[in-house]
Amino acid sequence: MEKPLTGNFRSDKQAVSLEDYERAGGYQGLHKALTIAPADVGELVKKSGLRGRGGAGFPTGMKWSFVPMGKDAPHPKYLVVNADEMEPGTFKDRALMERDPHQLIEGVIVAAYAIEADIAYIFLRGEYVCSHDRLERALAEAKTKNYVGHNILGSGYNLEIHLHVSAGRYICGEETALLNALEGKRAHPRTKPPFPQVSGLFGKPTIVQNVETLCNVHHIVKNGPDWFRGLSKTEDGGTKLYGVSGKVKKPGLWELPMGTPMREILEDHAGGMRDGLHFRGLLPGGASTDFLIEEHLDTPMDYGNVQKAGSRLGTGTMVVLDDKTCPVGMVWNLEHFFAQESCGWCTPCWSGLSWTEKILLAMEQGKGSRQDLDTLTFQTKFLAPGNTFCAFAPGAVEPLQSALKYFGDDFRKHVDEQRCPWK
Amino acid sequence: MLTTEERQEIEEKIAEYPNRQAVSIDAMLAVQRHRGWVSDESLRDLSEVLGVSVADLDGVATFYNLIHRKPVGKHVALICDSVSCWLMGSDKVRDHLCARLSTPLGGTTADGRFTLLPIVCLGACDHAPTMMIDDELYEDLDEERIEEALTQYD
Ligand SMILES: Cc1cc2nc3c(=O)[nH]c(=O)nc-3n(C[C@H](O)[C@H](O)[C@H](O)COP(=O)(O)O)c2cc1C
Ligand code: SF4
Ligand code: FES
Repeated sequence: MEKPLTGNFRSDKQAVSLEDYERAGGYQGLHKALTIAPADVGELVKKSGLRGRGGAGFPTGMKWSFVPMGKDAPHPKYLVVNADEMEPGTFKDRALMERDPHQLIEGVIVAAYAIEADIAYIFLRGEYVCSHDRLERALAEAKTKNYVGHNILGSGYNLEIHLHVSAGRYICGEETALLNALEGKRAHPRTKPPFPQVSGLFGKPTIVQNVETLCNVHHIVKNGPDWFRGLSKTEDGGTKLYGVSGKVKKPGLWELPMGTPMREILEDHAGGMRDGLHFRGLLPGGASTDFLIEEHLDTPMDYGNVQKAGSRLGTGTMVVLDDKTCPVGMVWNLEHFFAQESCGWCTPCWSGLSWTEKILLAMEQGKGSRQDLDTLTFQTKFLAPGNTFCAFAPGAVEPLQSALKYFGDDFRKHVDEQRCPWK
Repeated sequence: MLTTEERQEIEEKIAEYPNRQAVSIDAMLAVQRHRGWVSDESLRDLSEVLGVSVADLDGVATFYNLIHRKPVGKHVALICDSVSCWLMGSDKVRDHLCARLSTPLGGTTADGRFTLLPIVCLGACDHAPTMMIDDELYEDLDEERIEEALTQYD
Protein backbone atom coordinates (compact mmCIF):
# COMPACT_ATOMS: atom_id res chain seq x y z
CA MET A 1 0.00 0.00 0.00
CA GLU A 2 1.40 3.38 -1.00
CA LYS A 3 1.84 5.95 1.76
CA PRO A 4 3.00 9.17 0.17
CA LEU A 5 2.49 11.27 3.31
CA THR A 6 4.00 9.08 5.98
CA GLY A 7 6.14 6.64 4.00
CA ASN A 8 9.34 8.44 4.97
CA PHE A 9 8.54 8.77 8.69
CA ARG A 10 11.38 7.51 10.86
CA SER A 11 10.63 4.96 13.54
CA ASP A 12 12.65 6.95 16.10
CA LYS A 13 10.25 9.89 15.57
CA GLN A 14 13.02 12.24 14.51
CA ALA A 15 12.39 14.49 11.52
CA VAL A 16 13.28 13.21 8.05
CA SER A 17 16.51 15.04 7.18
CA LEU A 18 16.84 17.10 4.04
CA GLU A 19 19.27 14.54 2.56
CA ASP A 20 16.90 11.65 3.20
CA TYR A 21 13.99 13.67 1.94
CA GLU A 22 15.75 14.44 -1.33
CA ARG A 23 16.98 10.88 -1.69
CA ALA A 24 13.38 9.67 -1.47
CA GLY A 25 12.37 11.97 -4.33
CA GLY A 26 11.74 15.10 -2.30
CA TYR A 27 11.62 18.50 -4.04
CA GLN A 28 11.16 16.80 -7.41
CA GLY A 29 7.53 17.88 -7.38
CA LEU A 30 8.77 21.44 -7.02
CA HIS A 31 11.29 21.03 -9.87
CA LYS A 32 8.51 19.72 -12.06
CA ALA A 33 5.99 22.37 -11.04
CA LEU A 34 8.39 25.15 -11.98
CA THR A 35 8.47 23.84 -15.58
CA ILE A 36 4.66 24.11 -15.82
CA ALA A 37 2.55 27.29 -15.91
CA PRO A 38 1.05 28.13 -12.47
CA ALA A 39 -2.55 27.78 -13.69
CA ASP A 40 -1.72 24.32 -15.06
CA VAL A 41 -0.43 23.23 -11.65
CA GLY A 42 -3.82 24.29 -10.29
CA GLU A 43 -5.46 22.29 -13.06
CA LEU A 44 -3.59 19.12 -12.02
CA VAL A 45 -4.74 19.58 -8.43
CA LYS A 46 -8.31 20.13 -9.61
CA LYS A 47 -8.23 16.93 -11.66
CA SER A 48 -6.83 14.96 -8.73
CA GLY A 49 -10.01 15.52 -6.71
CA LEU A 50 -8.01 16.68 -3.68
CA ARG A 51 -10.35 18.06 -1.00
CA GLY A 52 -9.40 20.12 2.04
CA ARG A 53 -8.26 18.03 5.01
CA GLY A 54 -8.92 20.76 7.61
CA GLY A 55 -12.51 19.72 8.18
CA ALA A 56 -14.73 21.31 5.57
CA GLY A 57 -13.57 19.24 2.58
CA PHE A 58 -13.76 22.00 -0.02
CA PRO A 59 -12.16 21.00 -3.38
CA THR A 60 -8.67 22.51 -3.29
CA GLY A 61 -8.11 23.14 -7.00
CA MET A 62 -11.46 24.85 -7.28
CA LYS A 63 -10.63 27.15 -4.36
CA TRP A 64 -7.44 28.24 -6.10
CA SER A 65 -9.31 28.99 -9.32
CA PHE A 66 -10.98 32.00 -7.65
CA VAL A 67 -7.65 33.76 -7.12
CA PRO A 68 -7.04 36.61 -9.57
CA MET A 69 -4.09 35.64 -11.76
CA GLY A 70 -1.76 37.26 -14.26
CA LYS A 71 -0.36 40.74 -14.78
CA ASP A 72 -3.29 42.71 -13.40
CA ALA A 73 -3.74 40.70 -10.20
CA PRO A 74 -3.19 42.60 -6.94
CA HIS A 75 0.07 41.81 -5.13
CA PRO A 76 1.41 40.68 -2.76
CA LYS A 77 -0.71 37.54 -2.81
CA TYR A 78 -0.59 35.25 0.19
CA LEU A 79 -0.70 31.56 0.93
CA VAL A 80 -1.48 30.82 4.57
CA VAL A 81 -0.93 27.41 6.11
CA ASN A 82 -3.54 26.58 8.72
CA ALA A 83 -1.40 24.76 11.28
CA ASP A 84 -3.58 25.77 14.21
CA GLU A 85 -4.76 22.21 14.93
CA MET A 86 -6.89 22.65 18.06
CA GLU A 87 -9.91 20.49 17.30
CA PRO A 88 -10.16 18.18 20.32
CA GLY A 89 -9.33 14.63 19.36
CA THR A 90 -7.19 15.68 16.40
CA PHE A 91 -3.50 14.85 16.17
CA LYS A 92 -2.55 14.54 12.52
CA ASP A 93 -1.01 17.85 11.44
CA ARG A 94 1.42 17.82 14.34
CA ALA A 95 2.72 14.45 13.17
CA LEU A 96 3.19 15.70 9.60
CA MET A 97 5.10 18.79 10.73
CA GLU A 98 7.29 17.08 13.29
CA ARG A 99 8.17 13.99 11.34
CA ASP A 100 8.56 15.34 7.80
CA PRO A 101 8.80 19.15 7.81
CA HIS A 102 10.27 19.38 4.30
CA GLN A 103 7.22 17.64 2.90
CA LEU A 104 5.02 20.48 4.16
CA ILE A 105 7.46 23.11 2.95
CA GLU A 106 7.58 21.63 -0.53
CA GLY A 107 3.78 21.54 -0.62
CA VAL A 108 3.65 25.17 0.45
CA ILE A 109 6.03 26.28 -2.28
CA VAL A 110 4.19 24.39 -5.02
CA ALA A 111 0.78 25.66 -3.87
CA ALA A 112 2.11 29.21 -3.58
CA TYR A 113 3.53 28.94 -7.09
CA ALA A 114 0.18 27.75 -8.41
CA ILE A 115 -1.55 30.92 -7.20
CA GLU A 116 1.48 33.15 -7.85
CA ALA A 117 1.77 34.02 -4.17
CA ASP A 118 4.62 36.21 -3.01
CA ILE A 119 4.53 35.47 0.69
CA ALA A 120 3.49 32.43 2.71
CA TYR A 121 2.79 32.35 6.44
CA ILE A 122 2.66 29.17 8.44
CA PHE A 123 0.12 29.88 11.20
CA LEU A 124 1.25 27.51 13.91
CA ARG A 125 -0.36 26.90 17.26
CA GLY A 126 1.86 28.05 20.11
CA GLU A 127 1.93 24.74 21.97
CA TYR A 128 3.51 22.98 18.99
CA VAL A 129 7.04 23.79 20.07
CA CYS A 130 8.65 20.75 18.46
CA SER A 131 6.90 21.46 15.14
CA HIS A 132 8.15 25.02 15.35
CA ASP A 133 11.76 24.06 15.89
CA ARG A 134 11.79 21.47 13.15
CA LEU A 135 9.99 23.70 10.65
CA GLU A 136 12.32 26.59 11.43
CA ARG A 137 15.32 24.42 10.77
CA ALA A 138 13.87 22.92 7.60
CA LEU A 139 13.00 26.40 6.32
CA ALA A 140 16.59 27.54 6.83
CA GLU A 141 17.81 24.48 4.90
CA ALA A 142 15.32 25.10 2.10
CA LYS A 143 16.58 28.66 1.83
CA THR A 144 20.21 27.64 1.48
CA LYS A 145 19.15 25.25 -1.29
CA ASN A 146 17.22 28.05 -3.01
CA TYR A 147 13.95 26.12 -2.78
CA VAL A 148 12.64 29.23 -1.04
CA GLY A 149 13.59 32.86 -1.58
CA HIS A 150 14.56 34.83 -4.62
CA ASN A 151 14.50 33.34 -8.15
CA ILE A 152 13.76 29.81 -6.94
CA LEU A 153 15.94 27.28 -8.79
CA GLY A 154 16.45 29.84 -11.56
CA SER A 155 12.76 29.94 -12.44
CA GLY A 156 12.25 33.65 -11.82
CA TYR A 157 9.67 32.83 -9.12
CA ASN A 158 10.14 34.47 -5.69
CA LEU A 159 8.61 33.31 -2.41
CA GLU A 160 9.19 34.23 1.22
CA ILE A 161 7.94 31.84 3.90
CA HIS A 162 7.46 32.99 7.50
CA LEU A 163 6.42 31.16 10.66
CA HIS A 164 3.74 32.81 12.79
CA VAL A 165 3.32 31.43 16.31
CA SER A 166 -0.24 31.81 17.58
CA ALA A 167 -1.13 32.55 21.18
CA GLY A 168 -3.92 30.00 21.29
CA ARG A 169 -7.66 30.18 20.65
CA TYR A 170 -9.64 27.56 18.76
CA ILE A 171 -11.49 30.12 16.64
CA CYS A 172 -8.15 31.08 15.02
CA GLY A 173 -8.56 27.90 12.98
CA GLU A 174 -11.58 29.41 11.21
CA GLU A 175 -9.96 30.88 8.15
CA THR A 176 -11.19 34.46 8.34
CA ALA A 177 -10.57 34.66 12.09
CA LEU A 178 -7.10 33.35 11.33
CA LEU A 179 -6.52 36.26 8.98
CA ASN A 180 -7.42 38.73 11.74
CA ALA A 181 -5.07 36.92 14.10
CA LEU A 182 -2.27 37.19 11.53
CA GLU A 183 -2.92 40.91 11.31
CA GLY A 184 -2.35 41.16 15.06
CA LYS A 185 -6.01 41.57 16.01
CA ARG A 186 -8.59 39.75 18.09
CA ALA A 187 -9.51 36.67 16.10
CA HIS A 188 -13.16 37.35 15.29
CA PRO A 189 -14.35 35.83 12.01
CA ARG A 190 -14.97 38.15 9.05
CA THR A 191 -18.06 38.52 6.90
CA LYS A 192 -17.99 36.66 3.59
CA PRO A 193 -18.07 37.93 0.88
CA PRO A 194 -15.53 39.20 0.15
CA PHE A 195 -13.92 35.79 0.11
CA PRO A 196 -10.26 35.58 1.13
CA GLN A 197 -9.33 34.35 -2.36
CA VAL A 198 -10.12 37.87 -3.57
CA SER A 199 -9.62 40.02 -0.48
CA GLY A 200 -7.97 38.24 2.43
CA LEU A 201 -4.85 38.96 4.44
CA PHE A 202 -4.15 42.72 4.50
CA GLY A 203 -6.90 43.00 1.89
CA LYS A 204 -4.98 40.98 -0.69
CA PRO A 205 -5.85 37.68 -2.43
CA THR A 206 -5.21 34.86 0.02
CA ILE A 207 -5.57 31.11 0.13
CA VAL A 208 -5.79 29.36 3.50
CA GLN A 209 -5.03 25.67 3.42
CA ASN A 210 -4.68 22.90 5.97
CA VAL A 211 -1.30 21.21 6.61
CA GLU A 212 -2.37 17.77 5.43
CA THR A 213 -3.94 19.22 2.28
CA LEU A 214 -0.71 20.96 1.33
CA CYS A 215 1.40 17.88 2.02
CA ASN A 216 -0.42 16.20 -0.89
CA VAL A 217 0.10 18.91 -3.48
CA HIS A 218 3.60 18.21 -4.78
CA HIS A 219 2.96 14.46 -4.83
CA ILE A 220 0.08 15.17 -7.18
CA VAL A 221 2.26 17.31 -9.44
CA LYS A 222 5.02 14.72 -9.45
CA ASN A 223 2.90 11.60 -9.95
CA GLY A 224 -0.19 12.94 -11.68
CA PRO A 225 -3.91 13.18 -10.85
CA ASP A 226 -4.67 9.62 -11.96
CA TRP A 227 -2.11 8.23 -9.55
CA PHE A 228 -3.69 10.28 -6.77
CA ARG A 229 -7.20 9.10 -7.55
CA GLY A 230 -5.92 5.53 -7.68
CA LEU A 231 -4.73 5.74 -4.06
CA SER A 232 -8.31 6.02 -2.86
CA LYS A 233 -11.04 3.43 -2.40
CA THR A 234 -13.75 5.93 -3.31
CA GLU A 235 -14.33 8.96 -5.49
CA ASP A 236 -12.53 11.34 -3.10
CA GLY A 237 -8.89 11.02 -4.16
CA GLY A 238 -5.77 10.20 -2.19
CA THR A 239 -4.89 8.71 1.15
CA LYS A 240 -6.04 10.08 4.50
CA LEU A 241 -4.48 10.24 7.93
CA TYR A 242 -6.92 8.48 10.24
CA GLY A 243 -6.58 8.47 13.99
CA VAL A 244 -8.28 6.73 16.88
CA SER A 245 -8.27 7.81 20.51
CA GLY A 246 -10.26 6.64 23.52
CA LYS A 247 -10.32 3.22 25.19
CA VAL A 248 -9.24 1.05 22.30
CA LYS A 249 -6.36 -1.40 22.54
CA LYS A 250 -3.95 0.53 20.30
CA PRO A 251 -4.79 4.20 19.86
CA GLY A 252 -2.82 5.71 16.98
CA LEU A 253 -2.55 7.39 13.61
CA TRP A 254 -2.43 5.65 10.23
CA GLU A 255 -2.24 6.71 6.61
CA LEU A 256 -4.77 4.60 4.68
CA PRO A 257 -6.62 4.83 1.39
CA MET A 258 -9.36 7.46 1.49
CA GLY A 259 -12.62 5.62 2.08
CA THR A 260 -11.28 2.88 4.33
CA PRO A 261 -14.27 1.56 6.31
CA MET A 262 -14.61 2.73 9.88
CA ARG A 263 -14.72 -0.80 11.23
CA GLU A 264 -11.41 -1.69 9.58
CA ILE A 265 -9.70 1.31 11.17
CA LEU A 266 -11.20 0.58 14.54
CA GLU A 267 -10.63 -3.16 14.61
CA ASP A 268 -7.61 -3.91 12.40
CA HIS A 269 -5.56 -0.82 13.20
CA ALA A 270 -6.72 0.33 16.62
CA GLY A 271 -7.07 -3.27 17.82
CA GLY A 272 -10.73 -2.98 18.84
CA MET A 273 -12.04 -2.08 22.29
CA ARG A 274 -10.03 -2.78 25.42
CA ASP A 275 -10.93 -6.02 27.20
CA GLY A 276 -14.15 -5.76 29.15
CA LEU A 277 -15.39 -2.71 27.26
CA HIS A 278 -17.96 -2.40 24.51
CA PHE A 279 -18.23 0.14 21.74
CA ARG A 280 -21.04 2.67 22.08
CA GLY A 281 -20.25 5.33 19.52
CA LEU A 282 -17.65 7.64 18.05
CA LEU A 283 -17.03 11.11 16.77
CA PRO A 284 -15.60 10.44 13.29
CA GLY A 285 -13.57 13.59 12.85
CA GLY A 286 -13.00 15.53 16.04
CA ALA A 287 -15.15 17.33 18.61
CA SER A 288 -17.38 19.19 16.17
CA THR A 289 -18.76 16.16 14.35
CA ASP A 290 -21.95 14.17 15.05
CA PHE A 291 -21.73 10.87 16.91
CA LEU A 292 -22.09 7.71 14.87
CA ILE A 293 -22.97 4.32 16.38
CA GLU A 294 -22.64 0.60 15.77
CA GLU A 295 -24.96 0.57 12.75
CA HIS A 296 -22.62 3.00 10.96
CA LEU A 297 -19.41 1.03 11.39
CA ASP A 298 -19.30 -0.15 7.79
CA THR A 299 -19.29 3.41 6.49
CA PRO A 300 -16.33 4.19 4.24
CA MET A 301 -14.47 7.09 5.83
CA ASP A 302 -14.72 9.70 3.09
CA TYR A 303 -16.58 12.99 2.74
CA GLY A 304 -19.74 11.78 1.03
CA ASN A 305 -20.29 8.53 2.90
CA VAL A 306 -19.78 9.91 6.40
CA GLN A 307 -22.19 12.68 5.51
CA LYS A 308 -24.73 10.13 4.33
CA ALA A 309 -24.39 8.41 7.69
CA GLY A 310 -25.36 11.70 9.34
CA SER A 311 -22.03 13.16 10.37
CA ARG A 312 -18.90 14.66 8.81
CA LEU A 313 -15.47 13.26 7.99
CA GLY A 314 -14.06 16.35 9.73
CA THR A 315 -10.41 15.78 10.51
CA GLY A 316 -10.70 11.98 10.19
CA THR A 317 -9.46 11.42 13.72
CA MET A 318 -12.08 9.45 15.65
CA VAL A 319 -12.85 9.67 19.33
CA VAL A 320 -14.37 6.48 20.71
CA LEU A 321 -16.97 6.25 23.49
CA ASP A 322 -17.13 2.98 25.46
CA ASP A 323 -19.93 1.54 27.59
CA LYS A 324 -18.26 2.30 30.93
CA THR A 325 -18.10 6.02 30.21
CA CYS A 326 -21.03 8.39 30.65
CA PRO A 327 -22.17 9.90 27.33
CA VAL A 328 -23.64 12.92 29.14
CA GLY A 329 -20.28 13.51 30.80
CA MET A 330 -18.52 13.26 27.45
CA VAL A 331 -20.91 15.75 25.86
CA TRP A 332 -20.48 18.05 28.87
CA ASN A 333 -16.70 17.95 28.30
CA LEU A 334 -17.18 18.84 24.62
CA GLU A 335 -19.61 21.69 25.32
CA HIS A 336 -17.35 23.01 28.07
CA PHE A 337 -14.66 23.32 25.40
CA PHE A 338 -16.97 25.09 22.96
CA ALA A 339 -18.42 27.44 25.60
CA GLN A 340 -14.90 28.41 26.60
CA GLU A 341 -13.62 28.86 23.05
CA SER A 342 -16.57 30.81 21.60
CA CYS A 343 -15.10 34.08 20.38
CA GLY A 344 -17.99 36.04 21.89
CA TRP A 345 -18.87 37.93 18.73
CA CYS A 346 -22.51 36.85 18.39
CA THR A 347 -24.91 36.32 21.28
CA PRO A 348 -26.63 33.04 20.34
CA CYS A 349 -23.23 31.34 20.34
CA TRP A 350 -21.61 32.59 23.52
CA SER A 351 -24.75 32.66 25.62
CA GLY A 352 -26.31 29.52 24.16
CA LEU A 353 -23.19 27.46 24.66
CA SER A 354 -22.56 28.52 28.24
CA TRP A 355 -26.20 27.77 29.01
CA THR A 356 -25.84 24.36 27.36
CA GLU A 357 -22.72 23.63 29.35
CA LYS A 358 -24.38 24.58 32.63
CA ILE A 359 -27.35 22.29 31.97
CA LEU A 360 -25.13 19.35 31.14
CA LEU A 361 -23.07 19.89 34.26
CA ALA A 362 -26.22 20.07 36.38
CA MET A 363 -27.42 16.77 34.88
CA GLU A 364 -24.10 15.15 35.70
CA GLN A 365 -24.47 16.40 39.27
CA GLY A 366 -27.97 14.97 39.58
CA LYS A 367 -29.74 18.31 39.33
CA GLY A 368 -31.25 18.13 35.84
CA SER A 369 -34.92 18.24 34.94
CA ARG A 370 -37.03 16.98 32.03
CA GLN A 371 -37.42 20.58 30.96
CA ASP A 372 -33.65 20.82 30.61
CA LEU A 373 -33.84 18.15 27.94
CA ASP A 374 -36.16 20.38 25.91
CA THR A 375 -33.81 23.30 26.40
CA LEU A 376 -30.91 21.24 25.06
CA THR A 377 -32.94 20.29 22.00
CA PHE A 378 -33.89 23.93 21.57
CA GLN A 379 -30.20 24.95 21.66
CA THR A 380 -29.30 22.51 18.91
CA LYS A 381 -31.84 24.23 16.66
CA PHE A 382 -31.07 27.74 17.85
CA LEU A 383 -27.39 27.29 16.99
CA ALA A 384 -27.98 25.49 13.70
CA PRO A 385 -26.35 26.74 10.46
CA GLY A 386 -27.55 30.19 9.45
CA ASN A 387 -28.31 31.43 12.97
CA THR A 388 -24.79 32.43 13.96
CA PHE A 389 -22.00 34.45 12.41
CA CYS A 390 -19.66 31.54 11.68
CA ALA A 391 -19.54 27.75 11.50
CA PHE A 392 -18.24 27.39 15.05
CA ALA A 393 -21.63 27.22 16.77
CA PRO A 394 -23.26 24.72 14.38
CA GLY A 395 -20.17 22.54 14.82
CA ALA A 396 -20.41 22.90 18.57
CA VAL A 397 -23.93 21.43 18.72
CA GLU A 398 -23.28 18.53 16.34
CA PRO A 399 -22.13 16.13 19.09
CA LEU A 400 -24.99 17.31 21.33
CA GLN A 401 -27.78 16.80 18.82
CA SER A 402 -26.56 13.33 17.87
CA ALA A 403 -26.01 12.36 21.51
CA LEU A 404 -29.62 13.32 22.27
CA LYS A 405 -30.68 11.14 19.35
CA TYR A 406 -28.59 8.05 20.12
CA PHE A 407 -28.11 8.26 23.89
CA GLY A 408 -31.44 9.84 24.83
CA ASP A 409 -32.16 7.13 27.42
CA ASP A 410 -28.95 8.01 29.20
CA PHE A 411 -29.94 11.66 29.39
CA ARG A 412 -33.41 10.78 30.70
CA LYS A 413 -31.93 8.44 33.30
CA HIS A 414 -29.81 11.29 34.61
CA VAL A 415 -32.79 13.54 35.18
CA ASP A 416 -35.23 10.84 36.36
CA GLU A 417 -32.82 9.30 38.86
CA GLN A 418 -31.29 12.67 39.76
CA ARG A 419 -27.79 11.24 39.48
CA CYS A 420 -25.20 10.10 36.98
CA PRO A 421 -25.59 6.32 36.71
CA TRP A 422 -21.87 6.00 36.00
CA LYS A 423 -20.76 7.55 39.25
CA MET B 1 11.53 49.54 29.33
CA LEU B 2 12.05 46.89 26.71
CA THR B 3 15.50 45.35 26.68
CA THR B 4 17.71 45.56 23.60
CA GLU B 5 17.19 41.85 23.09
CA GLU B 6 13.40 42.16 23.22
CA ARG B 7 13.48 45.11 20.84
CA GLN B 8 15.66 43.21 18.42
CA GLU B 9 13.39 40.17 18.44
CA ILE B 10 10.39 42.40 17.77
CA GLU B 11 12.11 44.31 14.96
CA GLU B 12 13.07 41.01 13.29
CA LYS B 13 9.42 40.02 13.28
CA ILE B 14 8.30 43.41 11.97
CA ALA B 15 10.44 42.80 8.89
CA GLU B 16 8.23 39.81 8.05
CA TYR B 17 4.96 41.80 7.87
CA PRO B 18 3.66 44.79 5.90
CA ASN B 19 2.81 46.77 9.07
CA ARG B 20 3.76 46.98 12.74
CA GLN B 21 0.36 46.13 14.20
CA ALA B 22 0.62 42.64 12.72
CA VAL B 23 3.35 41.69 15.19
CA SER B 24 1.26 42.58 18.27
CA ILE B 25 0.98 38.93 19.27
CA ASP B 26 4.59 38.08 18.42
CA ALA B 27 5.75 41.10 20.40
CA MET B 28 3.77 40.16 23.49
CA LEU B 29 5.02 36.58 23.25
CA ALA B 30 8.58 37.90 22.94
CA VAL B 31 8.20 39.92 26.13
CA GLN B 32 6.63 36.93 27.84
CA ARG B 33 9.53 34.68 26.85
CA HIS B 34 11.86 36.96 28.77
CA ARG B 35 9.67 38.02 31.70
CA GLY B 36 7.16 35.21 32.08
CA TRP B 37 4.14 37.52 31.64
CA VAL B 38 2.97 40.78 30.09
CA SER B 39 2.61 43.63 32.59
CA ASP B 40 0.78 46.95 32.12
CA GLU B 41 4.16 48.59 31.80
CA SER B 42 5.18 46.18 29.03
CA LEU B 43 1.93 46.94 27.22
CA ARG B 44 2.74 50.67 27.33
CA ASP B 45 6.24 50.03 25.99
CA LEU B 46 4.88 47.81 23.22
CA SER B 47 2.24 50.39 22.38
CA GLU B 48 4.98 52.87 21.57
CA VAL B 49 7.03 50.43 19.49
CA LEU B 50 4.04 49.14 17.51
CA GLY B 51 1.95 52.28 17.22
CA VAL B 52 -1.08 50.40 18.58
CA SER B 53 -3.08 51.75 21.52
CA VAL B 54 -2.69 50.11 24.93
CA ALA B 55 -6.42 49.35 24.93
CA ASP B 56 -6.20 47.54 21.60
CA LEU B 57 -3.16 45.59 22.73
CA ASP B 58 -4.91 44.59 25.94
CA GLY B 59 -7.92 43.53 23.89
CA VAL B 60 -5.65 41.25 21.92
CA ALA B 61 -3.78 40.01 25.00
CA THR B 62 -6.95 38.99 26.79
CA PHE B 63 -8.34 37.21 23.72
CA TYR B 64 -5.60 34.59 23.55
CA ASN B 65 -5.10 31.73 25.99
CA LEU B 66 -1.31 31.74 26.06
CA ILE B 67 -0.66 35.39 26.88
CA HIS B 68 -0.38 35.84 30.64
CA ARG B 69 -1.48 39.20 31.99
CA LYS B 70 -0.62 38.13 35.55
CA PRO B 71 2.68 36.83 36.91
CA VAL B 72 3.12 33.07 36.67
CA GLY B 73 5.43 30.62 38.40
CA LYS B 74 8.89 29.72 37.17
CA HIS B 75 7.37 26.84 35.20
CA VAL B 76 3.92 26.63 33.66
CA ALA B 77 2.17 23.26 33.58
CA LEU B 78 -0.65 23.00 31.04
CA ILE B 79 -2.98 20.07 31.67
CA CYS B 80 -5.11 18.94 28.75
CA ASP B 81 -8.80 18.84 29.64
CA SER B 82 -10.22 18.02 26.21
CA VAL B 83 -12.26 15.03 25.22
CA SER B 84 -9.75 12.23 24.55
CA CYS B 85 -7.82 13.03 27.71
CA TRP B 86 -11.07 13.24 29.67
CA LEU B 87 -12.02 9.77 28.40
CA MET B 88 -8.65 8.48 29.60
CA GLY B 89 -8.91 9.96 33.09
CA SER B 90 -7.46 13.46 32.90
CA ASP B 91 -9.57 14.42 35.96
CA LYS B 92 -7.47 12.07 38.07
CA VAL B 93 -4.26 13.44 36.63
CA ARG B 94 -5.35 16.99 37.38
CA ASP B 95 -6.44 16.12 40.94
CA HIS B 96 -3.20 14.31 41.61
CA LEU B 97 -1.10 17.16 40.31
CA CYS B 98 -3.07 19.74 42.29
CA ALA B 99 -2.78 17.67 45.48
CA ARG B 100 0.88 16.96 44.90
CA LEU B 101 1.66 20.67 44.44
CA SER B 102 -0.97 21.86 46.95
CA THR B 103 -2.37 24.29 44.40
CA PRO B 104 -5.74 24.53 42.69
CA LEU B 105 -5.96 24.68 38.91
CA GLY B 106 -5.22 28.27 37.92
CA GLY B 107 -2.98 28.77 40.95
CA THR B 108 0.74 29.05 41.57
CA THR B 109 2.64 27.01 44.16
CA ALA B 110 3.64 28.80 47.37
CA ASP B 111 7.32 28.51 46.40
CA GLY B 112 6.59 30.08 43.00
CA ARG B 113 7.84 27.07 41.06
CA PHE B 114 4.73 26.02 39.16
CA THR B 115 1.57 27.57 37.80
CA LEU B 116 -1.11 25.02 36.88
CA LEU B 117 -3.43 25.82 33.99
CA PRO B 118 -5.94 23.88 31.92
CA ILE B 119 -5.30 23.68 28.18
CA VAL B 120 -7.29 22.39 25.23
CA CYS B 121 -6.28 19.31 23.21
CA LEU B 122 -2.50 19.17 22.81
CA GLY B 123 -2.68 17.08 19.64
CA ALA B 124 -1.42 13.90 21.27
CA CYS B 125 -4.77 12.23 21.89
CA ASP B 126 -3.49 8.73 21.09
CA HIS B 127 -1.26 9.13 24.15
CA ALA B 128 -3.85 10.64 26.49
CA PRO B 129 -3.82 11.94 29.16
CA THR B 130 -1.28 14.61 28.37
CA MET B 131 0.25 17.80 29.73
CA MET B 132 3.00 20.25 28.88
CA ILE B 133 5.48 21.78 31.27
CA ASP B 134 7.08 24.81 29.65
CA ASP B 135 8.08 23.54 26.18
CA GLU B 136 7.97 19.83 26.97
CA LEU B 137 5.06 17.50 26.16
CA TYR B 138 4.30 14.62 28.56
CA GLU B 139 2.14 11.74 27.37
CA ASP B 140 0.38 8.66 28.79
CA LEU B 141 0.26 10.31 32.20
CA ASP B 142 -0.22 8.40 35.41
CA GLU B 143 1.00 9.16 38.92
CA GLU B 144 4.39 7.67 38.24
CA ARG B 145 4.96 9.69 35.07
CA ILE B 146 3.87 12.86 36.78
CA GLU B 147 6.49 12.27 39.48
CA GLU B 148 9.12 11.65 36.83
CA ALA B 149 8.17 14.82 35.01
CA LEU B 150 8.23 16.98 38.13
CA THR B 151 11.78 15.93 38.98
CA GLN B 152 12.95 17.58 35.74
CA TYR B 153 12.20 21.04 37.12
CA ASP B 154 13.91 22.96 39.90
C1 LIG C 1 -14.21 26.96 14.37
C2 LIG C 1 -13.37 26.42 13.27
C3 LIG C 1 -12.09 25.95 13.54
C4 LIG C 1 -11.28 25.47 12.53
N1 LIG C 1 -10.03 25.02 12.84
C5 LIG C 1 -9.23 24.58 11.85
C6 LIG C 1 -7.90 24.13 12.14
O1 LIG C 1 -7.45 24.14 13.28
N2 LIG C 1 -7.13 23.71 11.10
C7 LIG C 1 -7.60 23.69 9.83
O2 LIG C 1 -6.86 23.33 8.93
N3 LIG C 1 -8.83 24.11 9.51
C8 LIG C 1 -9.66 24.55 10.50
N4 LIG C 1 -10.91 25.00 10.17
C9 LIG C 1 -11.32 25.02 8.77
C10 LIG C 1 -10.83 26.31 8.11
O3 LIG C 1 -11.78 27.34 8.30
C11 LIG C 1 -10.62 26.16 6.61
O4 LIG C 1 -11.75 25.60 6.06
C12 LIG C 1 -9.44 25.29 6.28
O5 LIG C 1 -8.27 25.74 6.91
C13 LIG C 1 -9.23 25.31 4.79
O6 LIG C 1 -8.21 24.43 4.44
P1 LIG C 1 -8.47 23.07 3.67
O7 LIG C 1 -9.42 23.37 2.56
O8 LIG C 1 -7.12 22.67 3.20
O9 LIG C 1 -9.05 22.12 4.66
C14 LIG C 1 -11.76 25.47 11.19
C15 LIG C 1 -13.04 25.93 10.93
C16 LIG C 1 -13.85 26.39 11.94
C17 LIG C 1 -15.22 26.90 11.60
S1 SF4 D 1 -20.58 31.67 16.03
FE1 SF4 D 1 -19.41 31.81 17.96
S2 SF4 D 1 -17.29 31.67 17.29
FE2 SF4 D 1 -18.49 32.22 15.45
S3 SF4 D 1 -18.50 34.46 15.39
FE3 SF4 D 1 -20.29 33.88 16.59
S4 SF4 D 1 -19.55 33.93 18.74
FE4 SF4 D 1 -17.74 33.86 17.43
S1 FES E 1 -7.57 15.58 23.99
FE1 FES E 1 -5.80 15.77 25.23
S2 FES E 1 -4.22 15.69 23.74
FE2 FES E 1 -6.02 15.65 22.50
